[in-house]
Amino acid sequence: MVQIDNQYILTELQDKFGERIYNSYEPYGLLTIELDKNSIKEVLQFLYDHKELQMQFLTDVCGIHYPQVFGKELGVVYHVHSLINNVRIRIKCFMPIENPSIDSATFLFSSANWQERETFDFYGINFIGHPNLKRILNADEMDYFPMRKEYPLEDGTRTDKDDSYFGR
Amino acid sequence: MIESLALNNKSEKTDYNILNLGPTHPATHGVFQNILKMDGEIIHETTSTIGYIHRAFEKIAEHKPFYQITTLTDRLNYCSSPINNMGWHMTVEKLLGVETPKRVDYMRVIIMEFARIADHLVCNSIIGADTGALTGFTYVFQWREKIYDIFEEVCGARLTTNIGRIGGMERDFSPACMKKMHDFLNDFPKYFDEFTMLLERNRIFMERNIGVGPISAERALNYGFTGPNLRAAGVDYDVRVMNPYSSYQDFDFMIPLGTQGDTYDRFVVRQHEIRESLKIIKQALNNIPEGKFFADVPDFFLPPKEEVYNNMEALIFHFKIVMGEATVPVGEVYHSVEGGNGELGFYMVSDGGRTPYRLHFRRPCFISYQAYPEMIKGSMLSDAILTMSSMNVIAGELDA
Repeated sequence: MVQIDNQYILTELQDKFGERIYNSYEPYGLLTIELDKNSIKEVLQFLYDHKELQMQFLTDVCGIHYPQVFGKELGVVYHVHSLINNVRIRIKCFMPIENPSIDSATFLFSSANWQERETFDFYGINFIGHPNLKRILNADEMDYFPMRKEYPLEDGTRTDKDDSYFGR
Repeated sequence: MIESLALNNKSEKTDYNILNLGPTHPATHGVFQNILKMDGEIIHETTSTIGYIHRAFEKIAEHKPFYQITTLTDRLNYCSSPINNMGWHMTVEKLLGVETPKRVDYMRVIIMEFARIADHLVCNSIIGADTGALTGFTYVFQWREKIYDIFEEVCGARLTTNIGRIGGMERDFSPACMKKMHDFLNDFPKYFDEFTMLLERNRIFMERNIGVGPISAERALNYGFTGPNLRAAGVDYDVRVMNPYSSYQDFDFMIPLGTQGDTYDRFVVRQHEIRESLKIIKQALNNIPEGKFFADVPDFFLPPKEEVYNNMEALIFHFKIVMGEATVPVGEVYHSVEGGNGELGFYMVSDGGRTPYRLHFRRPCFISYQAYPEMIKGSMLSDAILTMSSMNVIAGELDA
């Protein structure tokens, strides 16, 4: 029986994927890796099938936008959980904002379906291989991706409110 | 009869009826639309549309100071808002590295378990109402009201509570509040037993619910089920036990499990969780330690009003908190609590600014509701209604 901890997971992943894991850190004890976006399918499958780890529960998928990081503006963040060993891993894949796309996790997790639709809805990330990639919470006619940082919370043309005193 | 024979013969059928269920159908208890492709009364295919009460919480949260986000979390699962509030407070505390006193933990556990009872009571009595047994609904709803009275005594609000603060509770439990809690613990079990007798071993109710809307453990896990819905399928995943927060490790309680993952199992699991919650509340009330009801975080915990008026530092902190000018560390944090419907997670990225850089709510309803078409395929229309109410889909949590 091996000791399943962050170091063990990281070693296993680095042995298998090496250079494709760009970076790793442990904010608040949760192992976080930055991954080449083309490897996401392989890594999820590897974690799923791994005899010791058995990371078979996809907790969460969400998007994130860093407008000032050139070439890696948009990201998808996965939280995968091993219910057997009670360890989590956070996987981040970044991609440029022009034609952002990444492989869908629906081949392995049914729960990824709506979560990826939500990410597409808000960030415009295309999930290749998704069975039904269309907007889920917003109106179908919407022609922009509202969670991207360039869109303000309110209509910028409003003149009846002065928020400058409130640091906004 | 002829049609059902045709179905048994597996002959190709082409004339389906399309039935539009929702978005404002009285039987769906919320704003959900399902377009059903029906073969007689058998559901052949379902298309769910959600988003009718989408309020862009994640976008709003990127523009609000931390303490103002609590009011957004209220409106996720509004049947058990205190759990959402506490989950959010704990997320911020985790980011700040705040250690809360034991008394705060115990107070939170008490409030959260009361909220869980209220949540499960609504769900279970609605299952009764949907099977035609409205009596149970009227029996237990007064007890939900009494739980809301307790919340009112603690924080002043009933439904969308905004209870507690980052770092602790806004005030200690008053004697009146303690009395209400003890009264509830004394009186409720009797009525709850009556409710249980009315439904749990009721032959008609059992016949109606057993085998309706089942899901296997494998499919449930694959669909990301958590909470009572997953436990009804037989997987003992409970955040309170697996990753204890707020001193849950101090309490002795069981995780009720089902086997079939059908409507009846979901009902029974929730029934037993109510009993376990009562056990936890009793233990917490008996062993609640003395001490402060807030942690030492002057940047986030509002000072008492008398001090604000008479003390310079308190005034400064009050101003800083209200204007949201407190500094936070840069980092990212995931924290989850066991909500009424499962693992309620908060993924927050902080860039050190006054607001979160990114805040994502992992909403258990949103994730489990996508299994709904699969669960009701091939069943009757009335079973679909039951399946939905037993999954306890809350529109507020679905859409965020």
